[in-house]
Amino acid sequence: MNSLRGIYTIWYRDLLRFWRDKMRMMTSLAFPLLFLIVFGSGLSGTMGMLAPGVDFSKFMFPGIIGMTVLMTSFISGVSVVWDREFGFLKEVLVAPISRVAVAAGKTLGGATIALIQGILILLFAPIFGLTLSPGILPQLLPVMFLVACALSAMGIFLASRIKSMEAHQAVMQLLMFPMVFLSGVFFPVNNLPPWMNILVKINPATYGVDPIRQLVLGAQPTTSLGITVLGHTMSISDDLMVVAAFGLVMVVLAMWSFSTQE
Amino acid sequence: MANSQIVEVKHLVKSYADLVAVNDISFGVDRGEIFGLLGPNGAGKTTVINILCTLSKPTSGKALINGFDVIHQQSQVRQCIGLVFQDPSLDERLTALENLEFHSRVYNIPASVRKERIEQVLRMVELWERRRDIVKTFSGGMKRRLELARGLIHHPEVLFLDEPTLGLDPQTRSRLWDFILGLRHREGTTIFLTTHYMDEASYADRIAIMDYGKIIALDSPKELKSTVGGDVISLNTVDNQKAQAELRERYHIQANCDEEQITFEIPNGERFIPALIKKFDTEILSISLRQPTLDDVFLKLTGHRLRDETVKSELKEIVRQHGRYRMRH
Repeated sequence: MNSLRGIYTIWYRDLLRFWRDKMRMMTSLAFPLLFLIVFGSGLSGTMGMLAPGVDFSKFMFPGIIGMTVLMTSFISGVSVVWDREFGFLKEVLVAPISRVAVAAGKTLGGATIALIQGILILLFAPIFGLTLSPGILPQLLPVMFLVACALSAMGIFLASRIKSMEAHQAVMQLLMFPMVFLSGVFFPVNNLPPWMNILVKINPATYGVDPIRQLVLGAQPTTSLGITVLGHTMSISDDLMVVAAFGLVMVVLAMWSFSTQE
Repeated sequence: MANSQIVEVKHLVKSYADLVAVNDISFGVDRGEIFGLLGPNGAGKTTVINILCTLSKPTSGKALINGFDVIHQQSQVRQCIGLVFQDPSLDERLTALENLEFHSRVYNIPASVRKERIEQVLRMVELWERRRDIVKTFSGGMKRRLELARGLIHHPEVLFLDEPTLGLDPQTRSRLWDFILGLRHREGTTIFLTTHYMDEASYADRIAIMDYGKIIALDSPKELKSTVGGDVISLNTVDNQKAQAELRERYHIQANCDEEQITFEIPNGERFIPALIKKFDTEILSISLRQPTLDDVFLKLTGHRLRDETVKSELKEIVRQHGRYRMRH
């Protein structure tokens, strides 16, 4: 009960801050939309159909949703570094709530913000020629949230070990761009050179982008776009299992890291 | 016996790879007392507070707050302490009210009394009118007062104040002290503070003087000052070293000499000065007499002044604040 209130309070504060910062909300939408408009329009003609009925614009749209969720949740750990820099972290660390609850609240806060950003991108679907039936939302939103939780936990864990803003920014960029570029956001991940294939397959983000794409494009795990691991084409639930396992490890690490904070 | 003292510290040690920040200290704080930890920056005061409020684990030794062990009963300890840190620890993007609501929630204050308590503390620090303003717009003194209010919402048994008035102007400092003294008077809250301002330490019922990780004296300000013995005379001459030698040879006085002046203690200083001026060979430029301060106590115990350190640390603070400002803009 105590822990639940703690989690809620931490979560609520992160959302309140997010809500206050309309500028951040808008600017973080600009980046994915820019990608969609420039690359989508620019490459659709040249690339032709990637699968029956799926041109590059349509292909990239769910990828960009995935990217938005991945990046927003991953970066959300910055709030920990920020709080350390401005002292608020101390107020949190001496509070009579368990550190496990603090880590959980932070993870959920980052994930919720990422989910909101993802939904905002989703609203642009019609512009890119996609008709989404509201029926997929009960599936799509939990999937997005799960992906967001996993990456948010990872972001929180890393941030709890990093002491300065500069270092945090460097680490984020070092990890985030390869993670996003090698996750199938921008191009189908079959027919890749072997070295790249390996990197894509060990990248947890790959299994976050794939189920979102499958859901948005209609539930056929089309072999031409699907992810094949060791000869097995990943279904949505296979993907989610990988994401959940990865997320669980990260959540445990984040909780451990907060428990040992001095 | 276990609960007779609100804070009990036994053989506390905190060492890092290359230094011993706290070197085997033991002391106790009585309920309702104002207890001051006085020492220069780097003496280990903040480390002691961090250990007592569970932010840092001691290398060895033991500390109890209200009978709860700071290592094994962290939650209980945290529930019964209030804190005002040396550095600001507010969420500056939220309003004063939101900061206090956050605090009330994490400190388990029942929803039924939350509003009332928040209003009470905000009125006490005279920030009620500004409650809906974003904290970023507050002055340094207002932020400090807000932190003090926050530290009190959950009615802590003991309130820790780590350099509570650092970087504040004299007016704000004295106002803050009015609040703190009033608080002890009304609520009987135990107050544990660290400071390197001697005049502030004088508000305390008892003072522990800390230097290089050790407590070198612990008593009431009055008793501590009485150890200095009589009056303090400060002397400036054309050649301070020569004057120091002359004092030693002629009067058997061990005087301390720094860049600016020579100081020494002597009973009946008023009578000594005329005699000194008449016979002293070294030309005297200025001479003054005063009652001993805690700085003199510190000087007597350690051989160096607290004040020199203070100047340096204030400079450091200015540099730090400046750095912060630059980071934000």
